[in-house]
Amino acid sequence: MIALEPWLRERRSAGRKLLVPYLMGGMGEDWVEALQAVADAGADAVEVGIPFSDPMMDGPVIQEAGVRALDRGATPTRVIDALASEEVGVPVAVMTYYNIVFRTGHRRMAQSLRAAGIGAAIVADLPLEELGPWAAEADAAEVATVLLVAPSTPEPRVAQICARSRGFVYAVARMGVTGERESLGSETTDVVRRIRQVTDAPVCVGVGVSTPAQARAVCEVADGVVVGSALVRRLLEGGGPDAAAEFVGQLRAALDAG
Amino acid sequence: MSAPGGPPADQGSPSVGHAFSPGPPPEMGTPGPDGRFGEFGGRFVPESLVPACMQLEEAFAAAWADASFRTELSSVLRDYGGRPTPVTECARLSEELGVRLLLKREDLVHGGSHKLNNVLGQALLTLRMGKGRLVAETGAGQHGVATATAAALLGLECTVYMGELDTERQELNVFRMELLGAEVRPVRSGSRTLKDAVNEALRDWVASVDRTHYCLGSVMGPHPFPYMVRELQRVVGEEARAQCQALLGGADPDVVVACVGGGSNAAGTFAGFADSGARLVGVEAAGGAAVSDGIPGVLHGMKSLLLQDEEGQILEAESISAGLDYPGIGPEHAWLAASGRAQYAKATDEEVLGAFRLLARTEGILPALEPAHALAWVVREAGRSVPRGSTVLVTLSGRGDKDVAQVRELLASERDER
Repeated sequence: MIALEPWLRERRSAGRKLLVPYLMGGMGEDWVEALQAVADAGADAVEVGIPFSDPMMDGPVIQEAGVRALDRGATPTRVIDALASEEVGVPVAVMTYYNIVFRTGHRRMAQSLRAAGIGAAIVADLPLEELGPWAAEADAAEVATVLLVAPSTPEPRVAQICARSRGFVYAVARMGVTGERESLGSETTDVVRRIRQVTDAPVCVGVGVSTPAQARAVCEVADGVVVGSALVRRLLEGGGPDAAAEFVGQLRAALDAG
Repeated sequence: MSAPGGPPADQGSPSVGHAFSPGPPPEMGTPGPDGRFGEFGGRFVPESLVPACMQLEEAFAAAWADASFRTELSSVLRDYGGRPTPVTECARLSEELGVRLLLKREDLVHGGSHKLNNVLGQALLTLRMGKGRLVAETGAGQHGVATATAAALLGLECTVYMGELDTERQELNVFRMELLGAEVRPVRSGSRTLKDAVNEALRDWVASVDRTHYCLGSVMGPHPFPYMVRELQRVVGEEARAQCQALLGGADPDVVVACVGGGSNAAGTFAGFADSGARLVGVEAAGGAAVSDGIPGVLHGMKSLLLQDEEGQILEAESISAGLDYPGIGPEHAWLAASGRAQYAKATDEEVLGAFRLLARTEGILPALEPAHALAWVVREAGRSVPRGSTVLVTLSGRGDKDVAQVRELLASERDER
């Protein structure tokens, strides 16, 4: 298992901007090939969704991806098992909703992630106040729990979240659900700046980052980007691993040129 | 007021299932830390929404402690909503059942259901928070119509999310909301019903929280909604308690019954009787019985009992009453069930249709299909778990006009089957 935070810090020290693509686990027969292609095309870590029937943080693209995965019979166990048998070469973080973790059981989920070589988890609807039982088991299994800071998060809370976040701090670019956006406003740079004031952990921006140009612009202030809907849309449209790799390659080139 | 409290329990393993730690009996006061009712409740929302929930918690606490807010709400409920609603003694049906049946007549509230009690409170709170827009979810359309009504009254913008399937089943209510000036957005994601409408309303709220209040329709969702909506519906139980005491020479009814989808009319009713000796009974639709058939889980910001599969994917509820088509139940009901203070039963579609017709014929009242569940339970249990001669209060949460066309179809198909 590659521990997420030291890995990202080391790459940041080397002057590299961090690219974290998101894929939905179990979506399409070739999702594992797509994952590998994305990792090989220049990702620094990969986020893999475990589908949930009621993803309230997600926009239409990720919702559709979840429906397709569930229709194909994706379950937390199957997604994790598929990841366990794959040498991705970069750290993997799973992203899901709390009911999946709760029903699996905190300890069982943390230990199965660990056993599968998955070093990090993002639980979209598990805020600081409710984090305790999961975080205790995740910490014990050395699974990093990445926390989100939103544009609406008030000042003292930003510091509390950053102190508890592991792996990196996920800066939510704008108020709203996941999905592509034509432009990102000043709230994105504001939230990154407020995180920087309280932590030296890597800061990656997600929710709305959709194009190579946006990724480069965001990385003028942030350490990296999470790109989900723009990539998943290409897969939903039938692009397959090649189209996914091509898009991630474009993002990589834009970040490296910045 | 005391907190229900109760020891925090890690329900992280499915094997513990229903092994609750009940703690002290709930008195339906303020919830414990982080909005807990025993182990249920809480605030499971994305970080973007946490500050909005905190702001709402503070704003409601301040408003609820402010006599002028209470007075304003009471005045609107009286002069516009038609409160207090009566308690009606059902002479003919009582005789038929062998129990003394009393109905709390929420069907007589403006708009035809108890939903207005909640939305008027939240709409006034919205103005107090300086926001100008309401979003709401609706299943059958009752809460959507009520929200559109309050928005029109107070000059607020209003967007209602309704599952596409429900917009087709309840076309007239869509038109009603539009007449009241609301925008109805059909929800095409997921199962295209109530639970998806809640998801979509939450998504709207995340993106518009600066100027928008999410006017949630039941005692569910993240803290403070379950507590706030119960408090806004408490008027039902408090009025009923006083009215029953006047009728019964200072005594309380032996049994208090209400239907439960999310559970707002039941929560408001039970709140008035929690510290009495009355037996409290919530009646769920047999096809959406979260207490009987659900297991602990987290959905729409709350930990509660949910219909779900082994992996934690949420299942569909199904019943003739769209208002009870919800795969979960308010967290305080889960706690009332776990502690034993209230019990929860099921009524089948067939029993419900029977009770609907019985009340119409014996008392000249068409109940909504939702409270017909509560009546169906009384019809079934009278002379059994409810001894002859008992006094039973049923909250008649809404009127049945909205359901007449559907009942006609159901009865026609019943005849055809024979």
